[in-house]
Amino acid sequence: MLHIKCPHCGMRSQNEFSYGGDATVKRPELNKEVSDQDWDNFVYNRKSLRGKHLEFWQHLSGCRQWIKVERDTATHEIFKTLKANEDI
Amino acid sequence: MAQDFRLDTVGLINRDKKLSFEFNGKNYFGYEGDTLASALLANGVHLIGRSFKYHRPRGFFGAGVDEPYAIVQLYRNNETEPNVKTTEQELFEGLKATSVNCWPSVNFDIGAINNFLKVFLPAGFYYKTFMWPKSFWYKVYEPFIRKAAGLGVASIKHDKERYEHKYEYCDLLIAGSGPSGLASAYAAAKNGATVILAEDKSRFGGTLLTSEVNIGNQTGKEWVENIIAELKEMPNVTVKNRSQVFGYYDHNMLVMSEKISDHLPKTRKYHPKQRLWYIRAKEVLISSGSIERPLVFGNNDTPGVMLSSAAKEYLKVYGVLVGKKPLIFTNNDSGYETAIEFKKNGVEPIILDTRKEPNSEIIEEAKNLGIQIKFSYVVVAAKGYKKVKSAEVAKISDDKNELGILENITCDCICVSGFWTPTIHLASQSGNKTKFDKDIDAFVPGVSKQNETTLGAANGTFTLAETLKESFNAGYELSKKITKNDNKISHPIVVEKNKTTHDKFWCVPLPKGKNYKRFLDFQNDVAVSDIEIALKEGYRSIEHVKRYTTLGMATDQGKTSNLNGLQLVSNIENKIVPEVGHTTFRPPYTPVTIGAIVGREVGKHSRATRKSPLHSWHEKNNAVFVDAGVWLRPRYYKQGNETLFEGSKREAKNVRANVGVCDVTTLGKIDIKGPDAAELLNRVYTNAWLKLPVGKARYGVMLREDGIVMDDGTTTRISENHYHMTTTTAQAANVLSHLEYYLQLVWPELNVNVVSSTEQWAGAAIAGPKSRDLMQKLFPNIDASNEGLPFMGYLETKLFGATARIFRISFSGELAYEVNVESDNGNFMWEKIIEVGKEFEIQPYGTEALSTLRIEMGHVAGSELDGRTIPYDNSLEGLVSKKKDFIGKRSLNRKAFIAEDRQKVVGVVPLDKKTSIPEGSHLVKDANAQLPNPKLGYISASCWSVEHDNPFSLAILKDGKNMIGQKLFVMSPLKNITIPVEIVSSHYVDPKGERVRS
Ligand SMILES: [Zn+2]
Repeated sequence: MLHIKCPHCGMRSQNEFSYGGDATVKRPELNKEVSDQDWDNFVYNRKSLRGKHLEFWQHLSGCRQWIKVERDTATHEIFKTLKANEDI
Repeated sequence: MAQDFRLDTVGLINRDKKLSFEFNGKNYFGYEGDTLASALLANGVHLIGRSFKYHRPRGFFGAGVDEPYAIVQLYRNNETEPNVKTTEQELFEGLKATSVNCWPSVNFDIGAINNFLKVFLPAGFYYKTFMWPKSFWYKVYEPFIRKAAGLGVASIKHDKERYEHKYEYCDLLIAGSGPSGLASAYAAAKNGATVILAEDKSRFGGTLLTSEVNIGNQTGKEWVENIIAELKEMPNVTVKNRSQVFGYYDHNMLVMSEKISDHLPKTRKYHPKQRLWYIRAKEVLISSGSIERPLVFGNNDTPGVMLSSAAKEYLKVYGVLVGKKPLIFTNNDSGYETAIEFKKNGVEPIILDTRKEPNSEIIEEAKNLGIQIKFSYVVVAAKGYKKVKSAEVAKISDDKNELGILENITCDCICVSGFWTPTIHLASQSGNKTKFDKDIDAFVPGVSKQNETTLGAANGTFTLAETLKESFNAGYELSKKITKNDNKISHPIVVEKNKTTHDKFWCVPLPKGKNYKRFLDFQNDVAVSDIEIALKEGYRSIEHVKRYTTLGMATDQGKTSNLNGLQLVSNIENKIVPEVGHTTFRPPYTPVTIGAIVGREVGKHSRATRKSPLHSWHEKNNAVFVDAGVWLRPRYYKQGNETLFEGSKREAKNVRANVGVCDVTTLGKIDIKGPDAAELLNRVYTNAWLKLPVGKARYGVMLREDGIVMDDGTTTRISENHYHMTTTTAQAANVLSHLEYYLQLVWPELNVNVVSSTEQWAGAAIAGPKSRDLMQKLFPNIDASNEGLPFMGYLETKLFGATARIFRISFSGELAYEVNVESDNGNFMWEKIIEVGKEFEIQPYGTEALSTLRIEMGHVAGSELDGRTIPYDNSLEGLVSKKKDFIGKRSLNRKAFIAEDRQKVVGVVPLDKKTSIPEGSHLVKDANAQLPNPKLGYISASCWSVEHDNPFSLAILKDGKNMIGQKLFVMSPLKNITIPVEIVSSHYVDPKGERVRS
């Protein structure tokens, strides 16, 4: 079980969190033209990275804040956790 | 009554307390402090079971966790447990055990015929023999394997024992209480660290209980007792025996199984049987010691052949002689310690040492005691079938290739020592890249990946002085890092006999003309010849060799066999061991009971149960409950002997005819506040929300970004910047997370707060033509007329003084209202509704009637919004705004979604108006078409229409738009039925929606 440092609450066990996907994906802006390719990339296409990966997690059973976690997908090492509005 | 093989005074058992037990129907006795193994050995019992493949007789090989053979079916307190290691099971009064893997009895086993057919059972024999013909698999091969190969038998009764889970945090977790564990625990504890010290056996001390050493002028045993006593008194230390740390997981999370009651005849009241500890440690010290390695020779699986360290432990801890004419076969000095213990207790051992002329203090001592020692000698084969009777021995050449003349030595046990294998399982599980240490011919931990340090024998340190030095130091340094304290304890002076190097020799060659089986894996019957075959057949990777031969795959996970297997492969392949590599160590280190893993989460406790505040009223009124997610909801209120079908029909009819009331508390509710609340709703829902006036509700559908419907519900504008959203019961949590995701990550500029209010409000849906009259009577101060409170209207008022929210919304398709009060007032509200509703012939209705009502109205719900459908499929396309953007909109123009023949919800009626249609059935054009019959759609929900008094179903049907009026077939191959049906509109009742607006 991973040990994740919520930037709001501190170190907590993984079972308080839920995973929320790739944090480098940006949703296209509303009311803007989006090409099929760009939309497909946003909705479906993800790289299955081996190594450092920036991802969203929600501290579901804690403060309910969505946070960013920089994690190694192969070793589970967590390098950094950030608040939603912080950039790496 | 004396026991033949029990010494009078030696050992740590309590001779004042006799315990009687039964093995294979025969009565024996032992003493408090015995294991089942030591008690059986004290009684001279050496035949415990039969082996896995050849059903050869099996005895005892070890004295602890490494035991490969001596497993039994255990009976305790009217329960039974399979494959219990006799070497780990402590004796208790009334214990019963039987052999596993033998039939009809351990003495006469039919499966032993495999032994004589062993030419047919070489490596990979399961793969080869049972491959062909395929049709034989189910009828012949599988039953045969199950019968022949099964070990113990699992109980099929519900386990009434309690198992618990515990989460714990500490500075240092120390796995193993041998010299290194005790020393490091003591040093760390004295330096202020919080310490958990875990020992898998009942006694602390490990090898210190059996070795002749002196630590600071105390015997090993005295030193252990003093340290443990002091540690137990310290508030920062938790000392646990019978506790096995079996798994090392990510981020320094370790799992430990504590056996609290297994050593007792019966679990004490309020005590669990076992407890699983999830321990998050800042630092982990692995002091798991080492396991003696077997020597490989002919028939080395005969009962009576056992590890020399085990023989010593039986003697020193349990006062048990494993034999009276012991032959010690060793390639190192450890065998001498065992021989010396025998000699001191009046038994004459003979030592066979593979080495030519070794010299050390301990060898000198053995010589001085007059013990007979034969150097450059090996055991070629054990003789005897159910018990060792003698040994065939021979001199071996210096290059270890040539055997001299075969001689016979009479003996009743052969104690083998092939040097020591560090127990590196936990270190390896943590991700440590282990390395091969040529000096000890075994793997030791290399570079740590997590915060773990391995000490003592587990790290390949085999002298006590070194072990204590490095362990005191590690305990001090690691605790200093954490506590910043600097209280260093000096390590005591150690007196121990020096030892010399071991012989790099494990596998005795076969003499000419003999074809003895030489076993590597004792539980799975893997012999040297099997490995040779596997290599000959081209298997190279050690992982493949393992799986092909099943080496190390039994319940002991190869604790004694793996390294000898590696040595053999490396010899044959002419590679060095590190090139061969070892197979992966995976948790658990020892078998863990399913009960411990599951813990308290059994039966009703397997998940939370949520009850509405009206639950007790439902109970009192004969509600039959159904699981709705984690909620319990009334399915129907049973009257007399009514069936579900009859009861729900009565309830639904009463809603259509008079008025009914339904508990809708379980619906998800989300409170939304803030100046940008309308904008959020406008982006989340497919329809327009910016112009919804205060005091009005609106139905909305929300999508995922891929265009699939996520959820639906009504949202009401309570005041200028305050909305009340409802979700389906099942999706409540997901919708809240979804909103939080967009508010926190995607549109943080929106000034909105969302919070769940599901549990704050109790809800009652009041539906039926008489509901307005009831509402007017219930709330005399409001204007309940169609003008005063129109469809989709909202107002807040008082119910006899309690705050009440009234929504004029309908799920049943009837004139209907939903009343919410604060949860604490829920029961009061409900009772008032029932009381006032009496004159209008009110009846409560459950989820079954609720379903019936919504299905015949054609309201889509969870069974249609199943994560695979878009708005169009559910005839919700009218709610999809063309003007504004919203979540998932861009996906709706995907080719498949706009296809001309896109699926759509329709109604389905059986032509005979009688046959009920099972949900999940398929719709096809031609009932007799060749298989696979093309599926046009599927039945999503079925009911008995109370309006039309015939079966009615909803279906998602390809080109549903153009299928109305068509005749199709419903087929359910599972139920072997075919029903001719007609496709009709999904709105089977009041298609214009006049009732809800009336
Ligand atoms: Zn948090």
